[in-house]
Amino acid sequence: MADVLRRAVRTKGHTVQAAESAPEGRRLGKLGKRGRRGQSHLLFLLPALAYMVAFFGYPVVKNVVMGFQHYTTTTFYTGQAPWVGFTNYRAVISSSVFDKALLNTVLFTVGSIAGQFLTGLTIALFFRRKFPLNGVLRSLLLLPWLVPLIVSSAVWRWILDQDNGVLNRFLGALHLVQDRPGWLTSTSLALFAVIVVNIWIGIPFNVAILYGGLQDIPEELYEAASLDGATGWRAFRYVTWPLLRPVVSVVLVLGVVYTVKVLDVILGLTNGGPANATQTIASQSYQLSFQQFDFGQGAALGNILIVISLVFAVLYLRANRRAVEQ
Amino acid sequence: MTTVTHPSVPPATHPPVHRRRSRRRPWGYTAIGALILAVMLFPVYWMVNVSLQPANTAVSTPWFPTHLNFDGYATALSQQGSNLLTSLVVAVGSVVFSLVIASPAAYALAHVDARWVGPVLFGILISQMVPGIVVANALYSAYNDLGLLNSIPGLILADSTAGIPFAILILRAFMGNIPASVIEAARVDGAGRVRAFVSIVLPMSRNALITAGLFTFLFTWSDFLFALTLTTTEDVRPVTLGLYQYLGAHVSDWNAVMATATLASVPALVLLLVAQRYIATGVTGGAVK
Repeated sequence: MADVLRRAVRTKGHTVQAAESAPEGRRLGKLGKRGRRGQSHLLFLLPALAYMVAFFGYPVVKNVVMGFQHYTTTTFYTGQAPWVGFTNYRAVISSSVFDKALLNTVLFTVGSIAGQFLTGLTIALFFRRKFPLNGVLRSLLLLPWLVPLIVSSAVWRWILDQDNGVLNRFLGALHLVQDRPGWLTSTSLALFAVIVVNIWIGIPFNVAILYGGLQDIPEELYEAASLDGATGWRAFRYVTWPLLRPVVSVVLVLGVVYTVKVLDVILGLTNGGPANATQTIASQSYQLSFQQFDFGQGAALGNILIVISLVFAVLYLRANRRAVEQ
Repeated sequence: MTTVTHPSVPPATHPPVHRRRSRRRPWGYTAIGALILAVMLFPVYWMVNVSLQPANTAVSTPWFPTHLNFDGYATALSQQGSNLLTSLVVAVGSVVFSLVIASPAAYALAHVDARWVGPVLFGILISQMVPGIVVANALYSAYNDLGLLNSIPGLILADSTAGIPFAILILRAFMGNIPASVIEAARVDGAGRVRAFVSIVLPMSRNALITAGLFTFLFTWSDFLFALTLTTTEDVRPVTLGLYQYLGAHVSDWNAVMATATLASVPALVLLLVAQRYIATGVTGGAVK
């Protein structure tokens, strides 16, 4: 919309400027001008371009190369990083942790996104109602998303503490649990707890974006739908959902892309433990590079992570396009 | 979820019903909304509560901080004071650097019809898929060679990986709405390209610059990954890493940990209260563009 407006304004500017020249001259002049403008404005773009190449392009290329090298701490002294082919990939994939980390990554991502999205959508739909203090409550809801992830992790670590955490105290007072569950220390509960914390972190973002999307749906459509007998669930199914779809795509793709690579939450809550119960590809890549100082294997796993992130995004975009086309 | 929206407004033939409904129900909704908020913000409350308790009350932390105790803050400030300062310097540095780099780029991307605009924007979006650990992994060796490990400039440069793409997208969306005729009028009056940008475009983009700056600040302040991987000594240590190192050891004084956590949350809280409208534009603008 804004794009169209802007183009219209710009064309108008040109027409005014070139009004005196003949039609052919105008067209030629416009083309020439466009080329020159493009070139000189390239200078405006150059610093950002250089930065993006240095801090995104170079790391990706460097990682691909490092993935094929025996790259360890000795490399920093000798400058030698022998080429080892696919040895690093073989090592990380055949390691006992890999299957677990891959499964955890998928469970963590899908669980977090599903939880964030469904809760976020419910809250966003609730806030569509008009009531006093709606705006204030909605903006305060953003707080969990704005505080640093490592802060949230620290707070939740204390809330979920087995012996002194407030959650177990609360559940104990209500006689809901017999003995205190070790939310972050039991291998069967830790991943679930980490997912719940990550859902808590992501809800505000989902609410904000989905609420914005809901506000863009014209009220008249609901009025028309209600005349046709579509209210409540049917109004949601036939009016809200189809119109919200583009926003839903954005939220889900962004959510997946950010969740797949998240590290702060896992390191802060469990460090990947207990016994790798919450280890993901991202946290395992960190462990390999910065705890075991095998940067080659860390890079190999990092590259696998990029591929996973791309696969998630492409799969979703394709599924979505097919649904729209039908 | 099934009772989403109720478009069925009571027929106009029954005004009394309608009026009673609209007067009564909304405060009921406000109560539900407040309850949702209370559940969502409980961890934040608990953080502040624990931070105000005396040390060693772990076994039975009271539900309310009835006797305010600032020992936790004293410990936090003495142990993490310099780390907080480091975080502040890095965050401010990253804001300045990101805006200087991003705003001309955003202007070029918004006001030029050139073949490279599409690919550049696509590249920026794709960059968001690059995991931080991949960037850190490659930067560690590069920083080691360049002597940028354990340095403030090193952290500013690395942390701007969050701010710069975001600022470009936000600013471009905003600058696109500045009519080209305004800029061309300045050019006709003899202003050079740079002059027109500095004295026309930037002042007009004030709000977007504030939004981009605030978010860059929050991103950098919250950075944990680069602090963790690109610093190895205590000389340059952001507060996020200081907090993490509290967690590494066996924690005994949770009040000091939570005081540090609270201090690390102050920017988020202040910005949410003071700059609420900029935050709102940032959340939606950055994602949907």
